[in-house]
Amino acid sequence: MSATAYALPSIVVFVTAALLIVVGALGVLAVRNPVHAALSLILTLFGVAVAFIAQSADFLAAVQVIVYAGAIVVIFLFVIMFLGIGRSRHDHVEPLVGQRPLAALGVAVTVGGLIALLASSHWVTGATSVSGSPLAKGTGNVRQLGTAVFTTYLYAFEATAALLVIAVVGAVVLARRERVTEEAE
Amino acid sequence: MIAGADPLFAHGVTGVVILIVLIKVVVGFAVWMGAVTMMIWFERKAISDMQSRIGPQRWGPFGLLQTLADGIKLFFKEDLVPAEADRFVFKLAPYLSLVPALVTFAIVPLGGTLHIAGHAVQLQVANPPMGILVMLAMSGISVYGVMLAGWASGSKYPMISSVRASAQMISYEAALGITVVTVILVSHSLTTHGIVLAQGQGIWHWNVIRLGVVPFVIFWMAITAELNRPPFDVVEAESELVGGFNTEYSSIRFALFYMAEFMNTITMSAIIVTLFFGGPAGWVPPVAHLRWVFPILWFLAKTGVFAFCYVWFRAALPRLRYDQVMDLGWKRLIPLSLGWMLIVAGFLVAPGWGFVMAAAVVLASVVLAVAFERGASRVTGPESVLEPVGRRPLPEDRLRALTDREEG
Repeated sequence: MSATAYALPSIVVFVTAALLIVVGALGVLAVRNPVHAALSLILTLFGVAVAFIAQSADFLAAVQVIVYAGAIVVIFLFVIMFLGIGRSRHDHVEPLVGQRPLAALGVAVTVGGLIALLASSHWVTGATSVSGSPLAKGTGNVRQLGTAVFTTYLYAFEATAALLVIAVVGAVVLARRERVTEEAE
Repeated sequence: MIAGADPLFAHGVTGVVILIVLIKVVVGFAVWMGAVTMMIWFERKAISDMQSRIGPQRWGPFGLLQTLADGIKLFFKEDLVPAEADRFVFKLAPYLSLVPALVTFAIVPLGGTLHIAGHAVQLQVANPPMGILVMLAMSGISVYGVMLAGWASGSKYPMISSVRASAQMISYEAALGITVVTVILVSHSLTTHGIVLAQGQGIWHWNVIRLGVVPFVIFWMAITAELNRPPFDVVEAESELVGGFNTEYSSIRFALFYMAEFMNTITMSAIIVTLFFGGPAGWVPPVAHLRWVFPILWFLAKTGVFAFCYVWFRAALPRLRYDQVMDLGWKRLIPLSLGWMLIVAGFLVAPGWGFVMAAAVVLASVVLAVAFERGASRVTGPESVLEPVGRRPLPEDRLRALTDREEG
């Protein structure tokens, strides 16, 4: 399966994915309604998933949809719905004075830095897949990922897991209300 | 590379291959739509039998065409959009329910492998390399249909329903995912085709037995909660929420939700069969021409059993209360599925490790039970009464006095 034989389909897939990502990202910024913004975010996440599949990273694509679109954005929406925002916006007053000029400055610095970085780095072109050694059929993809996570990056993996558990326990401790004291008042 | 594990694409994508894929898609879709109408008829008929009613009987023999008549009726009804609705999301939501239901069915293996014009054709619409993860991803997406439908209606009860739905579906997804992991562990494959092949040697190799029944039970409960079907249908609890998330929907948009629900019922029955009951595996007569028919029949029979069980649940089981649904998901199913996964993983390494893991899980369960006990003892007020949001619960004697007066 050479890169040239699939040139046209690859281009179509890439353009579609890129459009999904860019349109979604712009939508998150431009749309007024928070629920619509969350939906735009899902569009972006789907675009990224498509791009992952085009790079033969099937597992990442699935996890992208399961974790980000299926859980995290749902939690966003859950909060938006619970707080009842989204119908009308009353928060036109900026809470931080002068955040817009500062944001513009930050964007300028970041974009300038990125361009400088891109100009000075070496470009690798011509490869449609950046997933390392050519992958075998089937689940070789997942196997490689699993091997890497549980051998080379085991400590980083376990540290992340511990961090997440700490975060969950912390959230529970912070969110829990002491009902006994309520009774005592 | 997009084609992945499917042997159909092994020799490159030619015109014949594209034609075969198209035929698979069209036939799959047609058969499936037929199955959905039959499922709706079957559910109504079976449930009316269980409730000593007659059920649909007017259109066609045994009322078989009732669904078709209902569909035509709904098409011609007025399509209402509430004034307070978010019009775009309101119109989008039914499709977000329908499309995941459609996509999930594409990965279910309906039969063995056929050989047509030198191509090995697997009898399933698609066999992507990430396989069963597609199911998990789509069940994640289907949350949006229910959630956004309730939110976009701009109405109180659908809103409550959608908040319930999002919490419930997210909660049960964890137990669902962990049980799928146990299946993947013993199958050594993510693809549905691989999972079915790994169970092909006979009834003792079916995952329901090989994994020790518990993962199957957890999966079945979790998937029922994902579907919002009884007894987990607090999302559409008609006695509390009018009609749930789709209260404000009418006409064809309502029909789409209705269809999605029954599509999901069939699809998830098929997924249960695929994961735990060997899919199309079963006895095949030693006649060459029947070799490909029997797996399909086995698959249909097994799926039918589970579809019937869903109908049976609906007729037989009372609805769970919302806090019971949450307790079952978080305090029972997630720890149990996690513990069982560890035991299965231990036995896959070595029997010794399996027993070590089992001991560790028992120990952890005791710790967890103590923790639940201590946590429950913190709650003040009568245990039998849900704490009203934002208010303290009434003392039991006052509450009893209130309910007695209402009854008397």
